[in-house]
Amino acid sequence: MEKVKSLADLKKISESFKKGIDLREKSSHPDDIVQVKVAMATCGIASGAKETMEYLSSELEKRGIEAIVTQTGCMGYCYAEPTIEVTLPGQNPVVYGEVDIRKADEIIEKYIKTGELVNGIIPQNYETID
Amino acid sequence: MHLLVCGGTGCRASESAGIEAKLKSELEKRSLDQSVQVISTGCFGFCEKGPIVKVMPDNTFYTQVTPADAETIVAEHVVKGRRVESLIYTDPSSKEKVEESAKMGFYKKQLRIALRNCGFINPENVDEYIARDGYLALGNIITGMKPQEAIEIMKESGLRGRGGAGFPTGLKWDLTARTEADQKYVVCNADEGDPGAFMDRSILEGDPHSVLEAMAICGYCIGSDKGLIYIRAEYPLAIERLKIALSQAREYGLLGNNIMGTEFSFDIELRYGAGAFVCGEETALIHSMEGLRGEPTLKPPFPSESGYNGKPTNVNNVETLANIPVIYLKGAKWFSSIGTEKSKGTKVFALAGKINNVGLIEVPMGTTLREVIFEIGGGIKDGKKFKSVQTGGPSGGCLTEKHLDTPIDFDNLIAAGSMMGSGGMIVMDEDDCMVSMARYYLEFTVEESCGKCAPCRIGNKRLHELLDHICKGNGKLEDLDRLVNMSNVIKDTSLCGLGQSSPNPVLSTINNFKDEYDAHVTDKKCPAGQCRDLMEYFIIEENCVGCTACARVCPVAAITGERKEPHLINPAICIKCGACMEKCKFDAIIIQ
Amino acid sequence: MSKIKLTIDNRQVEVESGTTIYKAARELGIDIPVLCYMDLHDLNIENKPAGCRICVVEVEGRRNLAPSCSTNCEEGMVVKSHSVRVLNARRTVMEFILSDHPKECLTCLKSGHCELQDMAVKLGIREIPGEAIAEMSTYRLDTSPSIVRNLDKCIMCRRCETMCNDIQTVGALSAIHRGFMAVVAPAFEQNLEHSTCTYCGQCVAVCPTGALTEVNHTNEVLRHLADPSKTVVVQTAPAVRAALGEEFGMEPGELVTGKMVSALRSLGFDFVFDTDFAADLTIMEEATELLSRLQNHLEGDGTARLPILTSCCPGWVNFFETNFPELKDVPSTAKSPQQMFGAIAKTYFAEKQNIKREDMIVVSVMPCLAKKYECQREEFSTDGNPDVDISISTRELAAFIRQANIDFKTLPDEEFDNPMGESTGAGVIFGTTGGVIEAAVRTAYELHTGKKLEKVDFEQLRGLEGVREASIDFNGLELRIGIAHGLGNARKLLNDVRDGKSKYHAIEIMACPGGCIGGGGQPFHHGKSEILKARASALYREDQDKPIRKSHENPFIKVLYDEFLGEPNSEKAHKLLHTHYFDKKKRITIKQ
Repeated sequence: MEKVKSLADLKKISESFKKGIDLREKSSHPDDIVQVKVAMATCGIASGAKETMEYLSSELEKRGIEAIVTQTGCMGYCYAEPTIEVTLPGQNPVVYGEVDIRKADEIIEKYIKTGELVNGIIPQNYETID
Repeated sequence: MHLLVCGGTGCRASESAGIEAKLKSELEKRSLDQSVQVISTGCFGFCEKGPIVKVMPDNTFYTQVTPADAETIVAEHVVKGRRVESLIYTDPSSKEKVEESAKMGFYKKQLRIALRNCGFINPENVDEYIARDGYLALGNIITGMKPQEAIEIMKESGLRGRGGAGFPTGLKWDLTARTEADQKYVVCNADEGDPGAFMDRSILEGDPHSVLEAMAICGYCIGSDKGLIYIRAEYPLAIERLKIALSQAREYGLLGNNIMGTEFSFDIELRYGAGAFVCGEETALIHSMEGLRGEPTLKPPFPSESGYNGKPTNVNNVETLANIPVIYLKGAKWFSSIGTEKSKGTKVFALAGKINNVGLIEVPMGTTLREVIFEIGGGIKDGKKFKSVQTGGPSGGCLTEKHLDTPIDFDNLIAAGSMMGSGGMIVMDEDDCMVSMARYYLEFTVEESCGKCAPCRIGNKRLHELLDHICKGNGKLEDLDRLVNMSNVIKDTSLCGLGQSSPNPVLSTINNFKDEYDAHVTDKKCPAGQCRDLMEYFIIEENCVGCTACARVCPVAAITGERKEPHLINPAICIKCGACMEKCKFDAIIIQ
Repeated sequence: MSKIKLTIDNRQVEVESGTTIYKAARELGIDIPVLCYMDLHDLNIENKPAGCRICVVEVEGRRNLAPSCSTNCEEGMVVKSHSVRVLNARRTVMEFILSDHPKECLTCLKSGHCELQDMAVKLGIREIPGEAIAEMSTYRLDTSPSIVRNLDKCIMCRRCETMCNDIQTVGALSAIHRGFMAVVAPAFEQNLEHSTCTYCGQCVAVCPTGALTEVNHTNEVLRHLADPSKTVVVQTAPAVRAALGEEFGMEPGELVTGKMVSALRSLGFDFVFDTDFAADLTIMEEATELLSRLQNHLEGDGTARLPILTSCCPGWVNFFETNFPELKDVPSTAKSPQQMFGAIAKTYFAEKQNIKREDMIVVSVMPCLAKKYECQREEFSTDGNPDVDISISTRELAAFIRQANIDFKTLPDEEFDNPMGESTGAGVIFGTTGGVIEAAVRTAYELHTGKKLEKVDFEQLRGLEGVREASIDFNGLELRIGIAHGLGNARKLLNDVRDGKSKYHAIEIMACPGGCIGGGGQPFHHGKSEILKARASALYREDQDKPIRKSHENPFIKVLYDEFLGEPNSEKAHKLLHTHYFDKKKRITIKQ
């Protein structure tokens, strides 16, 4: 990792990541990649988010779907843990709640493969500052 | 096309399952079930107007839908592409129909500032934080601003401490900046301890860098190069993520010497707390970090004059810090435009108790309790009646129906007899006994008092004993006066905030639910049916078929009766274990 | 220092900034009741944890009542020290404290001297509301050779903790547990015996209640007095005569030597002797040892360790055995006067009187609790028979005199018995800080120079400063002397000795602040340091009035050497009058 030696350095790094360099490094055709975020805070992990995340990573690979699965913090829906957010290429992110292994399988098979929504969507109910 | 039907608990109670079935059958009838899917979703957070059906992709938002409306939606909207006007939500203030959910006011009920990155970025990857303009505020400040200028911005923003007391953050920084010393410290108070509260944990687990960045900014402003995070050891994941964040920030040189090529150096150490609630009090926290017994000392001197190792120390809470970088990026004016006159910005709450959507929410100051509980929180579980909401943790008070339209901010909650606290919000329904509730909180404070000052150490114990006495049906009317006097004296004489607020649950329940206390002491009854010692099990003669199941399961042989004849419970023998009630298949046993 | 004007109870007062409300009120003659607070400013001891909350007052404009003992005055402050609100709070808090205190006043050792009892009287507490359901915090009774801890009676004033940690730096006592069960105890709730306790007894000296008391040995003394086969010999330490009168309502500092002798005789002791005699003997041995070490050192003998440290204080001996075992060869090997007395009484004197060792009981009356432990040390016994059988404190003697219905004030003055009752002024001043070294200098000077001292008073060695130093011209040789009283002060000098940085030839150390006059077995001073000053000046007065003021001129000491010991530091003297020290670090165990 290069040290950030000036404010300009920082802005450069920030810009480069905004453009999704990370994604590009991981895939030759970044526009087609599926992004999955698993809420891995204490509350999520306690409800099984770790298993869900492991399952999603390995199954997506096994089923030949190009995707990156990353962890993130608490989304706030404690009543519906584990929660995951799936972003299909070119589409708005969709959050699913109570994603156990069975549900994860359904999400891969239906939503990720065919774009067909499945039960258990958690509608976004907040405003962001972006 | 997708039809999203709210499957949240609130909407389920109002027949959303029926709507879902009806929609499906209507679609099948028209052979549309392959092209249009009916999806059940989690709560939309608008339970007041439920059940909700949302049509995708055009984002039409139907409220108060009945199963009968399902046919209209399919026939009109799905088949003909025409919106069903009668089901579209009317904005109560503008009286205008709002078709698209994105334009609806209730989405603005929650605004994520402190939680802006939580659930969005990977907390273990600093690059994602940087991509979201992370460390930019720090960079701007240390390369282009004098400390005093940055403090002025903090003052203008109107940010107040989110740990409970609501002290203005800018003023605190200013005080510490003005104290001359060879060494100063920035301390992050991550000793979250209120029962049911986990705001700070979620922030540290989801967005550790914003806390680190804010601490560095504070360091620059007050003239400190050393930060300490006091975090409870029971938060292992938060600790791990902080450690990762610290090492990544150091690798980038965002912490350490000469940050971004400037003269400013700053680094942060972690300190672990052993889980004593009182160590959330800043002087106790500092003593604990010094290796001393975690107990408070009298203020003044304030930590801004004499804190850690006797040096000027600025202590800020996690959520307070999480607000700070974005205030510098978006400006003090932007921040102060959110919230109420004296409480700016948002507040994160951990919603818990008898509420449908238990979870973490962030709302602008000034949002009413009603909005939080009935809209964002999805209302009361199992369709029960709302009774009370407890805010401010063990030091807060219980608010009632009449407070529901109080806009939440620091001063309003205090005026209503509770307090903001760190953000725990526990909702109670008609089944919750307010006397036992007060007893529960006192049990907590008795357990968590450090024991240094007499009123908190002994007084709280005596309060708890008396409440227990009353819950057991042994109370007398004059005991209520004693409760009030003891509570007032404990508040008036205790050394720190813990004792000064620990009687709040007692006082607020006596104020708001006096009749419940009266019922306990005069009628020896618990109206909520929670105090077991005040309850009796009865057999309703008409319902009893004399199957003898109850008599056989009773561990103390308190139930007698001939086979096929109504049975009888002898209250003198009954130990109120409830086994009979569980066993009875004929709903013949009740508790009164 | 700037001046501050404020109003207390409608009266104006002007004080230095930094003055507490409590002290400002005193200037107006308003005596705000205090309980946990203790101030011995002449010894730099102030205990003000602001824990008991009895001293609260109302400060206009403040939300809560303020503890006057630790709240500083501010310009324009308006204080009410006895408003209804204050009185109610004070009473209620007192009721809290009493509700967790055993009602054993009738049999409590502290009855009549108990500050809690006095406060209950002062505040007019006549009942304790809710007593019937009030649980008490109870703890295991801990008995050590010197001190009994009955923590059921602890009110968490923390004075003992301040003494043990801040003043004595012993670190045996600190608050443990939380809330209602919070109490002051050794780490891990060990017995004192397994802690770093030195038995200095300063915790007992400041304890306001009966939580910390001496082990009471008066009954054992009585048993021996009643046994006709025993010859019971008593010795009285120098500091006792300067304080015993206080127990009978006499002025502090009134010397009661003659009355004390008279009382002891009426109690039935067969021989009433003076520890001062043994103090003279100690000087003979110690001064000789000092001169020989000094001589060897000056002649270049590397094994001659300097400075020499006095060794008459058993608390101090315990302290270095536990904290500085690596220095155990540095202190003088001379036994303490108590033990020299015992050794001579049960050999020389017993032989003279033709009494068998086992038929002689030696009782000591000491201002000290560590002496109880000292006389139980194994090395101070012959075939299991201790040189000193029982050590009782000044307070125990007073209680004994009262039990015997002796009207102490009207007793005639009587003289000590001979031969071990004769002493010099040098022996008398052993009881105060600086006295031992002054006595040693008087003798060492004449032995070293062969010249007669022009002036025996060494004012430069006297006073209450915690650490003092002086140089004395020994005929061209500049003898550098250090003095410390209070173990915290001792530690400072000891650190230098350990690091080889000490510049002194001789150091006098006494464990208790003020020396033996402030010992843990003395009448309670209740935080009044004037009492200690009066006791010290009493001893100097007695010294002044003595015809002989140098130990080596004591005729009975000369006879003792001539008839029995030979000369100072002879082989026989070594066997009877010297000892060796142990590494006691290992004594401290942590048993779970």
